[in-house]
Amino acid sequence: MAQPEGARVATEPAARVEQELQLYYWMKLIRAFEERVSRLHRQNKIFGGVYSGAGQEAIVAGVCAPLRDGDFVAPLHRDLGVFLVRGVDPGRLMAQLMGKETGLSRGKDSFLHGGDLERGIFGSTSMLGSSLPIAVGAALKFKMKREKNIAVAFFGEGASSRGDVHEAMNFAGVQKLPVLFVCENNRYAYSTPLEKQMAIEDVADRAEAYGFRGHVVSGNDLLAVLEVTERVVAKIRNGEGPALIECKTYRYRGHSEHDAALYRDQEELIEWQSRDPIPGYELFLEKKGHDLKRVREQIDERTQKVVQAAVEYAEQSPFPKPEEALEDLFAPALAAAPKK
Amino acid sequence: MELTYIKAINSALHEEMQRDENVFVMGEDVGELGGAFKATEGLLEAFGEERVIDTPISEALIIGAGIGAAVLGMRPVLEMQFADFISCAFDQIVNSAATLRYRHGGRAQCPIVVRAPSGAGIHGALFHSQNPEAWFTRVPGLKVVAPATAYDAKGLLKSAIRDNNPVIYFEHKRLYRSVKENLPEGDFTVPIGVAELRKEGADLSVITYGGTLAPALDAAKIVEKEDRLSVEVLDLRTLLPLDREAILATARKTGKVLIVHEDRLTGGIGGEVAAIICEHAFEYLDAPVRRLAALDTHTAFSPPLEEVILPNTNKIVDAIRNLAAY
Ligand SMILES: Cc1ncc(C[n+]2csc(CCOP(=O)(O)OP(=O)(O)O)c2C)c(N)n1
Repeated sequence: MAQPEGARVATEPAARVEQELQLYYWMKLIRAFEERVSRLHRQNKIFGGVYSGAGQEAIVAGVCAPLRDGDFVAPLHRDLGVFLVRGVDPGRLMAQLMGKETGLSRGKDSFLHGGDLERGIFGSTSMLGSSLPIAVGAALKFKMKREKNIAVAFFGEGASSRGDVHEAMNFAGVQKLPVLFVCENNRYAYSTPLEKQMAIEDVADRAEAYGFRGHVVSGNDLLAVLEVTERVVAKIRNGEGPALIECKTYRYRGHSEHDAALYRDQEELIEWQSRDPIPGYELFLEKKGHDLKRVREQIDERTQKVVQAAVEYAEQSPFPKPEEALEDLFAPALAAAPKK
Repeated sequence: MELTYIKAINSALHEEMQRDENVFVMGEDVGELGGAFKATEGLLEAFGEERVIDTPISEALIIGAGIGAAVLGMRPVLEMQFADFISCAFDQIVNSAATLRYRHGGRAQCPIVVRAPSGAGIHGALFHSQNPEAWFTRVPGLKVVAPATAYDAKGLLKSAIRDNNPVIYFEHKRLYRSVKENLPEGDFTVPIGVAELRKEGADLSVITYGGTLAPALDAAKIVEKEDRLSVEVLDLRTLLPLDREAILATARKTGKVLIVHEDRLTGGIGGEVAAIICEHAFEYLDAPVRRLAALDTHTAFSPPLEEVILPNTNKIVDAIRNLAAY
């Protein structure tokens, strides 16, 4: 197994203080939002497939923090946090999960399939791995148009077994495209453990075969994820071609809300929970001289307010009208005048 | 200017790439080689490597990357080397592309064109003869076209490129060099969703498209001469959405309809056309709607097998006579 990268950042410029708190807020908001989603699912207010990312918040926060407007992100089915960090209104996101008219897909699809391209979020289908070729296509556009944006594709170690993933990485390597592949390796694809998915330990090892670098990082260590991502993203933006970051992590809840995850060892879960990304980051904040108790209280209050407002907005939002079932299938046929 | 069907495709690509810098082509061997059938010949020289992209053998990547570029405003024309290989990209087309606008609540669009060289009659056997259009003609969010003439090959490709939705463009390999027409100079398009009446007639209608248009017209001529039958021939041109009005108009006019296609019988678009007629023009019919299509088997290689499997002029003549006698 490769040595995890990402030494803890020792000295940061003053401008970082604000970002330190922002990152904390995001992790806390994602967790609070998802806890509420799980509850609403039990109350039958959110239906359909719900996939919790609890335990994996540091990955989403750490990878998205260095991104810019104009970057293209294809989240995986567990990455609700991407929507929050990229600035999607929490109310609209909650409405999306409830199948409401005000949701991102206006009631057309469930959970995270409704993207928000204005914020550079592609709504992935359920077909695991299929968003990687699409992110590569976005990167191709950036390269063709000499734009300094990058594409980011999240995928699970389970999805990494699909052919689309190979095709995407191979082509990205050939064309040296500005794309970052982020593997969230939580050791299980539904019930199937890592050993039954691949004969190697690190998905990152595959990167070399495509002609770019693979990095392994602890996905539960926000600062490590952030540090590696910042370094790698700078290179990608600089035209140095794709990269892969593999984040080792663990999901706390079942595969979906319907899954009790009895195939896993309870001790394993407890062990990973002892490495929870949030307390780990709190230690860092304390070390940096923040008054943790106060910061935590403030942020908890803020996240609860945001989540509560999101639920209220979503609950008050109407369902789509039946006749809308036939809307949004086609764009107006004729193209706008071409750009020359 | 006289152009073959394949040259018509090629000139549409040249003109659209000239017209709009966001149009680019991507596929296997489309660059220096100019494509397995020369559809993209000369594009590399004219537009350079960035807009004429040779890919590895990765059909899902070709379509998927096209989608990623398209949602950001590009207009990729994506070549499957043979339509048969479109199965390798099936998910990207029917799930990623076709649902894209719907699942984004109408706030995104996916203007890709997938060019798929299809069809039998060139000894292509099981994996180079397929007509997979019916895999796609039931997918909401897609448009499917299948030109039979050089004029339509050019005009429909231009419309497909300018359309803001995913369009699957089935071009028939046997027509590439066998079809030649005088095409007007300058820009013209053929609208998607509009069938074309190729021949007027009074006794019976043949509804067809793509590779079976020419044999159907030949058959119409034969029965006109030998049997004094007046046959109308409707070329569907677009398979999704179907031109229901044109289909119903010809059915109501002649009262007898034969549907012909090179795709297999079961599950072919002919079944849908027949259902439309039965539902909406039943009172006008003087005979059951009939279908002539490839046999329900794979497109076998050996000539006597291929011959028995595929429709041809003689089989269409027989089917017309049968239906006329009903
Ligand atoms: C192509 C495909 N096959 C099967 C599934 C059903 N499925 C949904 S999630 C999942 C496990 C995914 O594991 P991984 O990619 O590691 O992501 P994780 O759920 O662990 O975050 C499976 C099998 C699917 N969505 N797509």
